[in-house]
Amino acid sequence: MAKQYAFYFDSNLCTGCKACQIACKDKWDLDVGVTWRRVAEFGDGEWAVHNDGTYTQNISSYYVSVACNHCSSPECLPNCPTEAITKNEDGVVMIDESRCIGCRYCEWACPYSAPQFDAKRGVMTKCNFCYETVSQGGVPSCVAACPTRALKFGELEELQALYGTVSEVAPLPSASYTNPSLVITPHRNSAPVGTGELANPEEV
Amino acid sequence: MNENAFLNDLVTDSVMSRRSFMKWSAALGGTAALVTSGFEFAEAVARDVPIAADNVVWSCCTVNCGSRCPLRYFVKDGAIIRVETDNTGDDTFGMHQVRACLRGRAIRQRIYNPDRIKYPMKRVGKRGEGKFERITWEEAWDTIANKLRDVIDQYGNEAVYVHYASGPAGTTITRAFFRRLMNCLGGFLDYYGTYSTAQIQDAMPYTYGSNVATNSIEDMANTKLVVYFGANPCETRMSGGGMNFSVQKFKRQGDARLIVIDPRYTDTAVTVADEWIPIRPGTDAALVNGLAYVMITENLQDQEFLDTYCIGFDREHMPEGYENEDSYKDYILGTGADQTPKTPQWAAEITGIPAAKIVQLAREIALTKPCYIAQGWGPQRHANGEQSVRAIAMLPILTGNVGIQGGGTGARDNSFKISVAAFPTLTNPVQTSISFYTWPEAITHPTEMTATTHGVRGKERLEVPIKFLWNYAGNALINQHSAVNETRAILEDDSLCEMIVVIENHMTASALFADILLPDTTNFEKMDIAPNGDTSNMGYAIFTEAAIEPLFETRHIYDMCQEIAKRLGVEEAFTEGRTVEDWLRYVVEQTRENNPNFPEFEAFRDMGIYKVTNPGSPSIALKSFRDDPVANPLPTPSGLIEIFSPRLHEKSQTWELPEGDVISALPMYTPTWDGLEDPNRERYPLQMITHHYKQRTHSSYGNVEWLKEAAPQELWINPIDASARGIEHGDYVYVFNDRGRTRVPAKVTNRIMPGVTSLPQGAWYTPDANGVDQNGSANILTLYRPSPLAKGNPQHTNLVQVEKA
Repeated sequence: MAKQYAFYFDSNLCTGCKACQIACKDKWDLDVGVTWRRVAEFGDGEWAVHNDGTYTQNISSYYVSVACNHCSSPECLPNCPTEAITKNEDGVVMIDESRCIGCRYCEWACPYSAPQFDAKRGVMTKCNFCYETVSQGGVPSCVAACPTRALKFGELEELQALYGTVSEVAPLPSASYTNPSLVITPHRNSAPVGTGELANPEEV
Repeated sequence: MNENAFLNDLVTDSVMSRRSFMKWSAALGGTAALVTSGFEFAEAVARDVPIAADNVVWSCCTVNCGSRCPLRYFVKDGAIIRVETDNTGDDTFGMHQVRACLRGRAIRQRIYNPDRIKYPMKRVGKRGEGKFERITWEEAWDTIANKLRDVIDQYGNEAVYVHYASGPAGTTITRAFFRRLMNCLGGFLDYYGTYSTAQIQDAMPYTYGSNVATNSIEDMANTKLVVYFGANPCETRMSGGGMNFSVQKFKRQGDARLIVIDPRYTDTAVTVADEWIPIRPGTDAALVNGLAYVMITENLQDQEFLDTYCIGFDREHMPEGYENEDSYKDYILGTGADQTPKTPQWAAEITGIPAAKIVQLAREIALTKPCYIAQGWGPQRHANGEQSVRAIAMLPILTGNVGIQGGGTGARDNSFKISVAAFPTLTNPVQTSISFYTWPEAITHPTEMTATTHGVRGKERLEVPIKFLWNYAGNALINQHSAVNETRAILEDDSLCEMIVVIENHMTASALFADILLPDTTNFEKMDIAPNGDTSNMGYAIFTEAAIEPLFETRHIYDMCQEIAKRLGVEEAFTEGRTVEDWLRYVVEQTRENNPNFPEFEAFRDMGIYKVTNPGSPSIALKSFRDDPVANPLPTPSGLIEIFSPRLHEKSQTWELPEGDVISALPMYTPTWDGLEDPNRERYPLQMITHHYKQRTHSSYGNVEWLKEAAPQELWINPIDASARGIEHGDYVYVFNDRGRTRVPAKVTNRIMPGVTSLPQGAWYTPDANGVDQNGSANILTLYRPSPLAKGNPQHTNLVQVEKA
């Protein structure tokens, strides 16, 4: 089987600090509004108010850091009218900006909204796995940035052998749509896809 | 397509649709052009290719989060084109990489920021109006030197105040030049305490004799139960230089149960807590009282420890001369003056924690040995903060956890550190100091400030007003100080404080109040040493190189001090003939005298970061006292833990306090203004705290667009309170009370308890024409009223109302 690069994420370690997001933006000079790696906050539970002014609750919350998942079945690719999107020999989904017309179909097609429109240049952009760096033995910027080592990267099968095959957790969409190259160690309070709420829609 | 969309997969009705998410993205994309138009970043070439090492310069983020994170700047054609962090070694714990948080990673937008102050300026409009005129450096130095001389001649050195400021908190020499300059000139009115820690640093010594820490974070691996009172290391110290990584490691290593007691479900609760117990702000002491009641009535306390190591627990162990005062046991059981048993139900109605939970928690803390209890600095930043500090410390005392492995003192966690010599600031000939918080009163009515009314130290009563105020790299002139509107009025009157000199990188809210405004180089244009964060078993120091040439007409703070010193005839005393680099070499030499293992200057400069793994075992606070209290007494008057403090008893009798304020010999729960029991709650029913936020360190980084996008300023409000006001997530709201009003979007979240709101502190004060802040700046709502004992800042004690904007 061909090589498939993938990200690994341990939700138990993530404080939602977004060093990953900003390290990526710094490296790639991404403007506000163009964010290749984002951190979703999950929220669930409710409060009960008692007669003596006390409260009980069953609140839970955790974070999920997500970039492009370089999916096995990337929805962006077939939806690109100019064939600007390709999946390379290492499984990395790439956008050829010289062919992109900025129609944003890929952004609509992707359940993770990974492709991001660069309004200044009129083209789509997204996480390219820091492919040149990785090819030369380096580490993706987000992975090197994580203060708690919640992010790792590698070949999908190797990561799965180490950490299992979970690739979906709320508030992410179902993995069945695109078969993401993503390995997640779910948070101890993790909830299945479709439950709870995305608590920070303004941030993702 | 909609059914497989990211956001439409979510079942609640409150989330944005995928379509609106995209519209939102596009809207922000549009503003980006505006934001960066004034200052284009240098073009990054071949961004994905590793850049040759000789282009990489070590530096550090030196803002006041308490952590210190190395940054490596990739410099090309004199501009920083990329920022990376520590990449040294194989990341083995103990020599692990100190990885910066999002703020350090966003630092290019702080260096190349449209708000940078470019030239020296003088005020031309009303003070605070923000009207300035460009002047020469010569004029700036002459003006300052002349005024300084006039003020010293007319009023004396006590009329010159060096204001609290923490922008370069992580530096060794940069932060200290002003004190040296003023000491060369005969001294200045100093302050004690800080906006971070005033109440805990003042109160803890009454119990333990010193402002002790608790055990090292590593010791968390040796405990069975961790109880965090308002401690939030995974959020407030989330970077590699902070406690976060270590707390996560040792919590998991020891597999201790961890309980977070906090009004917010913090990121510490998210990552390491097994249980979250929400508590109303300012009521920690009430919870402790309820817990103590259960422990005492069920005989769960460690009586042998209390008998041997403490005074004041019961009648049999009162200090001499105080036999007729209430003991702690009297206070808790209601057999003392107030005749109120502090039952779990009593505590429940105050704290919001059900009585059954309090009973269970008391048994769990008392019966789980050892138990590691720590507090953050949030509980103390209240109108009754000193009481909460000492009350929380009662839990390890009652349960005999002090001075043992896996236990602690109930203070804040501790780390191994390497020592770096201090810059010699010389001695201040002026002995008088005031609480850092009381400076506005020292401007308006100094002679009403005495030792027993305002905690003036070194003198019975202040004699002269502050007439000259230095504000170097700080935003506590207005933004970070309480009561923005009240403070504003004091500052606007330039017949009071006659000269305010602000030295800054950016046009902050405080900079707007300058008479003379000087552009400082950033610490990325300066050479310095940044020692230690809080990394459990590892100490370190970072060599911060001047990565780029000073931008615009900015000057090094050392040059400024030297020029002023020259004009006032103390240049030689100030510089001793040394340059900045000479002083750093001096500091390294001094460091090496005490610690020969510390690298020499050039070697240190080459390595960028120097790390040392703790060669000893994790520190256990007060272990020697626990082992032998006779041979190793505490520095309290009795040598023991003073549950009942005779020193506080004396202050309770002699200090003049405003009505309602309490100093007491025992740690008690004291209701306060803007607390639960305040009648103002009818009009302003919501408590408001002001948590530390990932967008900023206090106000530093508050003008960085990447960070505003990542962590927008928001008011945290519970869905129960929001729906009662017709507020939905993302709606703009007004938060207001009699003191002011601010406009901010609402984060409607279950992660804050009902009846409580939190507005992250540090957002830049941005008033409209009517004085309504437009940026969620918290201190427009806080009250200036010094806490009873420390005369510190009670900035988490607030009552507000919220309405849809």
